[in-house]
Amino acid sequence: MTDLTGLTIAEARDKLTKKEISSIELTDAYLGAIDHANGTLNAYVAVTPDKARAMAKASDEKIGKGEAGALEGIPLGIKDLFSTEGVHTQAASHILDGFEPRYESTVTANLWADGAVMLGKLNMDEFAMGSSNETSYYGPVKNPWRKAGSNADMVPGGSSGGSAAAVAAHLCAGATATDTGGSIRQPAALTGTVGIKPTYGRCSRWGIVAFASSLDQAGPIARDVRDSAILLKSMASSDAKDTTSVDREVPDYEAAVGRSVRGLKIGIPKEYRMDGMPEEIETLWQQGIAWLKDAGAEIVDVSLPHTKYALPAYYIVAPAEASSNLARYDGVRYGLRVPGGNIAEMYENTRAAGFGREVKRRIMIGTYVLSAGYYDAYYLQAQKVRTLIKRDFETVYADGVDALLTPATPSAAFGIGDQDMAADPVKMYLNDIFTVTVNMAGLPGIAVPAGLSAAGLPLGLQLIGRPFDEETLFAAGAVIEQAAGRFRPDKWW
Amino acid sequence: MSVDADTVRRVAKLSRIALSDEDVPAMQEELNAILGFVEQLSEVDVSSVEPMTSVTPMEMKKRKDGVTDGDKAADIVANAPVSEDNFFMVPKVVE
Repeated sequence: MTDLTGLTIAEARDKLTKKEISSIELTDAYLGAIDHANGTLNAYVAVTPDKARAMAKASDEKIGKGEAGALEGIPLGIKDLFSTEGVHTQAASHILDGFEPRYESTVTANLWADGAVMLGKLNMDEFAMGSSNETSYYGPVKNPWRKAGSNADMVPGGSSGGSAAAVAAHLCAGATATDTGGSIRQPAALTGTVGIKPTYGRCSRWGIVAFASSLDQAGPIARDVRDSAILLKSMASSDAKDTTSVDREVPDYEAAVGRSVRGLKIGIPKEYRMDGMPEEIETLWQQGIAWLKDAGAEIVDVSLPHTKYALPAYYIVAPAEASSNLARYDGVRYGLRVPGGNIAEMYENTRAAGFGREVKRRIMIGTYVLSAGYYDAYYLQAQKVRTLIKRDFETVYADGVDALLTPATPSAAFGIGDQDMAADPVKMYLNDIFTVTVNMAGLPGIAVPAGLSAAGLPLGLQLIGRPFDEETLFAAGAVIEQAAGRFRPDKWW
Repeated sequence: MSVDADTVRRVAKLSRIALSDEDVPAMQEELNAILGFVEQLSEVDVSSVEPMTSVTPMEMKKRKDGVTDGDKAADIVANAPVSEDNFFMVPKVVE
């Protein structure tokens, strides 16, 4: 039999429906692949084989009775940020040691209702704070991709590094992820996978460990555009438990894959041409423009003048919200407790031992910018700049532009333990320079693999859409995918 | 703007994160790198610009003020490091 882990979700769905394969066979193939690879790649922080087999068995019964759901029997990996009832949920942090929620996040509940099978929980940057998956309490994830002729370990990007690596290495059919400043799209680009962050409000945030509530959105990472559309359809919903969840019907995203882009107006924002950007990123971008033009889209130059202020504004807004959201980790209600002489010392010792360096840094920045005397100069100023960033996009869309095409990241994957990045937090933050604007404006964005760097590492392009027009992103993303072809790492693990 | 060592200690206290004296200089340097980076925001003219309060133009949904859930004390304390009779246990706070 051929390797079942090689099937995309759409292919597996087809074979399951025709009863050519069973979900138990498919699930066992993935559990075997995880067993073999995870010691090396470190993509999963918890594997749930018993649960997976029980869910797969139930799926096989439903398929037998002709009651299959949209994702019936499809094995998925879940980012450790999603609450899963009775299963490891720690946001890859030491401070949530042993936490097993008594409830299920809305997004994962939607997936299980559609018949998906849970393989386990995926590694990530601690509390989704990072762009390399190196801030995880469980250690870094290794990118399945290496430079040609090299055996140096590369980062898979972050924060959804475990999700991206597991999808690229075929350790799951697809994965959930979250994106606050680029945490779906950047790792997708660095691993040759497809990742979409939908419009803010499209997926419920209920049961997802909060980082920056006005920016956080869930979305899938998948092997191709079609699979990402299938997953988003199941993940998205209207949810009374999240007041920012939008009351809008979820479209049939998969129907948009293969839709023509003829006549679509694609904007090319000139501010995304950064100083010092590698030549190969510019070349990739031009190639993407040519592909969309060949498919009949109209290409127009546009300007988003406040682009350069998105990242600094983000590094005020996101830490400010994080400092408030992470106040709940105090050693009283869940996770780690480190004793102290009195209750305040207990809080301080618990948080000092439980949070990693990057998380502490962001809590402190957030606390500082919200503190008396600094609120107006930092936080209020940043929220006003955010209004201007959003207005830039609104102006371009009002001129008839349907979507924007940009590079997804300023470079290919870098090495684990990169000295420059470790020495300067701002250098690491610059990884999100092309993705963070999208979160600041609440828009949808998709990263699609578009080529390989000179060193043989994957590079991605990003499409940014109008609010709630994910369908155009799937249509245009599929055009790029069709032209660029698929990218798979050579198996070394 | 940049922060001095005393400010770093004060912010750590406000953040309820124990910070040893030897950790202060490194944290100070890192915070100042970030504050230096965000400094450029001050050059943006934001006169007559409203600060963003909601990224999607929607009114916050409000549910009916009624009981929808409850009777789950054991579930709520299930993950507590220390609990007794469905109460969270903490060090003594009142003498």
